[in-house]
Amino acid sequence: MTTRKSNFGHQIDRRSLVTGVTTGIGAALLGGPAFGQLSGEQREGQVRPIPIAVLEFLSQDPKLGLDISNVVAADLANSGLFQVVERNAYIERIQNINVAPNFANWRTIGVEALIVGQATLLPDGRVQVEARVWDVVTGKPLAGNRLATAVQSWRRLGHQVADIAYEKLTGGGRYFDTRVVFVDETGPKDKRLKRLAMMDQDGANVQLLSQGRELVLTPRFSPTSQEITFMQYTGDQGRVMVMNVETKRSEVVGNFQGTTFAPRFSPDGQRLVMSLGTGGDSGLVEMDLRTRQVRNLTNGGGINTGPSFSPEGREIAFESDRDGGQQLYIMGATGIRRLSTGEGRYSTPVWSPRGDYIAFTKQQSGRFLIGVMKADGSGERILTEGYHNEGPTWAPNGRVIMFFRESQGASGGPKLFSVDITGYNERQVPTPAFGSDPAWSPLLT
Amino acid sequence: MELSNGMGRVARMAAALVVMAALAACANKEAQPDIAQLGPNGGRNGAGSATPGSQRDFAQNVGDIVYFSTDQTDLTPEAQQTLTSQARWLQQYAQYSITIEGHADERGTREYNIALGAKRAQSVRDFLARNGVSGQRVRTISFGKERPVAVCNDISCWSQNRRAQTVLNNRTAAAGQ
Repeated sequence: MTTRKSNFGHQIDRRSLVTGVTTGIGAALLGGPAFGQLSGEQREGQVRPIPIAVLEFLSQDPKLGLDISNVVAADLANSGLFQVVERNAYIERIQNINVAPNFANWRTIGVEALIVGQATLLPDGRVQVEARVWDVVTGKPLAGNRLATAVQSWRRLGHQVADIAYEKLTGGGRYFDTRVVFVDETGPKDKRLKRLAMMDQDGANVQLLSQGRELVLTPRFSPTSQEITFMQYTGDQGRVMVMNVETKRSEVVGNFQGTTFAPRFSPDGQRLVMSLGTGGDSGLVEMDLRTRQVRNLTNGGGINTGPSFSPEGREIAFESDRDGGQQLYIMGATGIRRLSTGEGRYSTPVWSPRGDYIAFTKQQSGRFLIGVMKADGSGERILTEGYHNEGPTWAPNGRVIMFFRESQGASGGPKLFSVDITGYNERQVPTPAFGSDPAWSPLLT
Repeated sequence: MELSNGMGRVARMAAALVVMAALAACANKEAQPDIAQLGPNGGRNGAGSATPGSQRDFAQNVGDIVYFSTDQTDLTPEAQQTLTSQARWLQQYAQYSITIEGHADERGTREYNIALGAKRAQSVRDFLARNGVSGQRVRTISFGKERPVAVCNDISCWSQNRRAQTVLNNRTAAAGQ
């Protein structure tokens, strides 16, 4: 394992981290198995983004057609797996999306896939998109879909077309039609104003969910994306809350004697798991949201926090200092087993929606790293490292991770970043100001 | 007037000067002062007179803040000295209830730091209890790394943020909480 031995990024052979994607894309384009079957052994290789063309969508409202197709192109480019060829290089104009294009015209400019679409304003006020994905190499259609939504949600149509193309062309699961909840941060570092915020995964449609009167931390989506759970300080009380993101109404969950923090929903949305602080110790508790009954999950003292359910809800990954240092553990039906074994301190475990990996924050030699390891503790891989990286969250396809990175000093602050599970394609996610504690929603459709 | 807290005026002034020097060092980001030199006044206030039994008296002449080593929750000898003075003062001025705020520096993850701050606040609570301050007068809260007092990015600032602060409340105002 390259990464096991590595303390720092410069010691990691980045090329060795991305091979799984390279072989996968080729295989997927040839109709082979889904890409990204990450193995413990990484081979040499480079990601070769697939050159594609995303034509301006036809529409009686040309700006709408252009805007939707631009959302498609931006999503695919941001994934790092596609190179969207500039429109001024396109030779052929498409007048009818139901007629096959002249593939020779597209092979000439090196395009391997073609996305065409048409946006129509429906009499009921909605907008409809019909889109086709063509495999230029084989000349075969890969997808043809008709989607509709309220006109103010037009960007979601672009995300959905991009999801279809991504799925067909890479074999990876969809993740563009999603949202991110995070903490918007403004003001000086010693008087930071923190507000809950929600946006599309690409940074569009930012919406504030709280006004900053209370300090708010660690928002997490419910499985329906209709609620978030988070920690809020009211006066000198720290409490876990649940908010409906439509009504923005929130309520305290549970009337505990101590501080509650680090909440997360169960995959079925029926339970919350969180830390409860009493007498200086922090234990894990689970609350049934209907009956409000609470069950202790840990006993003994010390620190137990950062709980995260496995996708089927049977196990919980968490961090604890029970063996002295800060390490990762998994709690299952048969008890608690230690997950992390490498040097350094491990925290914030988050289970992949696919169940195969657990993402974490790692502190080593004064640096903060984001990594993944398999759910049996093997195959640790560091995706990024630096002065301060923290708090990974998974895209619903289990392929992309978002986290926050703090810059140093009095004027420093956190920004959101995303990175592929292989460590490839790290990029900043736009936010209006500083942003921290991102949590990715499940697919919206 | 002199409080019988075992610390003379000269020593207090010396401590205040050390604190000022430490703050200046933080500002220029060059020096890295030993945190053991911070306190018992904790850098909150300069020298000056305060009404005995007032908030200012507590902060200035007793010291409302104690500091911790990296990722530690046990009390340093300096912290114990400050807390011994706090306990004596709180027994003298029994009208106050207190909230102990536990804090951590920025070099940790958010949830862990909340738990760490809670342990620090509890260390202070336990020490005060052993020195005669009833637990009924004491609340604890952890703010983790959310309330830094020093914002530079070297250890001189981080060491000022690893702290527990004893905040005085009026007992009647705090009743029922």
